[in-house]
Amino acid sequence: MALEFDAQHASWQPSASLQMLRSRAQLLATIRGYFEQTGALEVETPICSSFATTDPAIESFQLAYTGPGFPASHPLYLHTSPEFPMKRLLAAGSGAIYQICKVFRDGESGRQHNPEFTLLEWYRPDHDHHQLMEDVAALVNSVLPSPREIEYLSYHEIFKRHLDIDPHHSTRLQLQQCAKQHHITDADRLNLPSKDAWLDLLLTHCIEPQLGKDCLSFIYDYPASQASLAKIRAGSPALAERFELYMDGMELANGFHELTHADEQRERFNQNIEQRRTNGQPIVPMDENLLSAINRGLPNCAGVAMGIDRLLMQITDATHIDQVLPFPITRA
Amino acid sequence: MASYSTNEFKGGLKIMLDGDPCSIIENEFVKPGKGQAFNRVKIRNLKNGRVIERTFKSGESVEAADVIETNYQYLYNDGEFWHFMDPDTFEQVSADAAAVGEATKWLKEQDLCTVTLWNGAPIIVEVPNFVILTVTDTDPGLKGDTSGGGGKPATLETGAVVRVPLFVQIGEALKIDTRTGEYVSRAGK
Repeated sequence: MALEFDAQHASWQPSASLQMLRSRAQLLATIRGYFEQTGALEVETPICSSFATTDPAIESFQLAYTGPGFPASHPLYLHTSPEFPMKRLLAAGSGAIYQICKVFRDGESGRQHNPEFTLLEWYRPDHDHHQLMEDVAALVNSVLPSPREIEYLSYHEIFKRHLDIDPHHSTRLQLQQCAKQHHITDADRLNLPSKDAWLDLLLTHCIEPQLGKDCLSFIYDYPASQASLAKIRAGSPALAERFELYMDGMELANGFHELTHADEQRERFNQNIEQRRTNGQPIVPMDENLLSAINRGLPNCAGVAMGIDRLLMQITDATHIDQVLPFPITRA
Repeated sequence: MASYSTNEFKGGLKIMLDGDPCSIIENEFVKPGKGQAFNRVKIRNLKNGRVIERTFKSGESVEAADVIETNYQYLYNDGEFWHFMDPDTFEQVSADAAAVGEATKWLKEQDLCTVTLWNGAPIIVEVPNFVILTVTDTDPGLKGDTSGGGGKPATLETGAVVRVPLFVQIGEALKIDTRTGEYVSRAGK
C-alpha cells in the first residue's frame, strides 16, 4: 500500500536520466547528419489518418474528429508507422526521403515495447532490400560507440542453424513438435492461429536471443505469408524480399523491397481484413490514397523502419525501454 | 470463476496452472514487429516450490488461484498435522507435513509464522528468518573457552540439531538463522 502511494507520487519524474536525454538528442542529430550526407529529404506526414494499417499483428488507436468539414464525428486512426503517406510522396516524385516521428500501437508494452515510440523510417528509390541493408548497417555503425561486424543470414538459414528445421516446408505440426523438443512446455496447449504464429513462437523463444551477438545481424527473405508490404519473388518457395535487423537479440528494424503493384497490394489488404474478421479483431479501412498512389506509379524502391528507442537502448546498454523514455506509458 | 488476462500479469499474481496454484515471478511481453505476441512468464509452483517458464498467447485468460498469505500462531503437532491459529479471529487451520516442510525444524509453540492458504487450506508454512530456541542437549563445554572455534552439535527444543560454539550450555536460548540453519548468537535474556 505504502509502495503504491510512493510510486504514484514519484511518477511526475522522468524515468530516463538527464544524461540519457542528452544521448537521445545526440543520436537524433547524428541521424539527421547521416541523411544530409547521403542525400535524403526529411519529411513530415500526418499522425492522424482516416485509414489504418490492416496488418492483424498491429492494432491502431482510434479517435474522432468533429468540426468544420466533419459535422458528425469522423473516425481517425493514429498511425502505426508513416509508411503509407511516405509512399504517396515517393509516387509524387519526392526521391529519397526520411522521417523521424512518434508512432502508436495499441496493446504493446514491456521491456522492449511502449505503445507510443519513436520510429525512423526511410526510403531509397532504385534500391532493393540488399542495398538497403548496407545503408542500414552504415547508419547504425555511424551511431554506435564502436562499429560492429555485419552478418547477413536468410530466414531459412537461421531456422536451419538454430533449430535444424526448414521454416518454409515444415507443417504446423512439425513446428509444434520442434517447439516441444526445445522445451516450450506450452506447445501442446497453445492454440496458435496460423503457421506463421508457430514460426513466431520458435523465432522469439529459440532464435532471437542468439541473433546479433556483438554484431549487426540481418535476416532476409521471409516466408511469402509474412511479406506484409514487400515484393514477393517467385520461386520454390516464393520468398518475401523483406529483412529485419537484430542486435543482441533485439529486433531493431524491418525493411522491404517495396511492393509496387496496386492490385496485389489491395488483395493483401483484403486478406488482412479477412484474417481480422476471423480473429474477431476490429475491422479498419484500408488506405485508398495509398492504393491510388501505387496505381499512379510507386518507383522501384526499398524502405525500412527502425526503432529509435531500441537503438538508443543499444547505444547506452539500457535493459528496459523505460530507461530511454522520459515518460513511458505508466507516467504519460 | 475468477480469471486474469495476460494484460493483468505481474510479479506476485497467483494463477492456477495444471491444477496447481502458482505465483508469477516475472512477466515478459515478446512480440515480433509484425507477428504474434506472447507473454513469457517465470512462475513458481506454490505446492512444490519449483520454478518453471511458461508461454501464453497475449490476450489469453488464465484461472485465478485463491491464495492468501496470513500470519498464524503455531499451536501444536498431533503427530500427523500441525495446527495453527489466527491470533485475531482464533480461527484454526491444520497443515500436513508437505505444507510444513523444513519449517518443522524451527516451529515452536506460540511462535508466529506466515501461512499460505490455497482455497482456505495451508500449502506453505514459513518461519521468520531468525528464531530464538532453547538448547535441550549438548556436550558440556570447556569452561573458559570463548573462541567459538571448532564447535559441537546442540539439540534444540524443536528437535533441530545445529552446530554451536563450545561454550554453549544446556538451557541457553540461541538465535538461529532459519534460512541457513546456522547459529547466530546467544539470545539475551
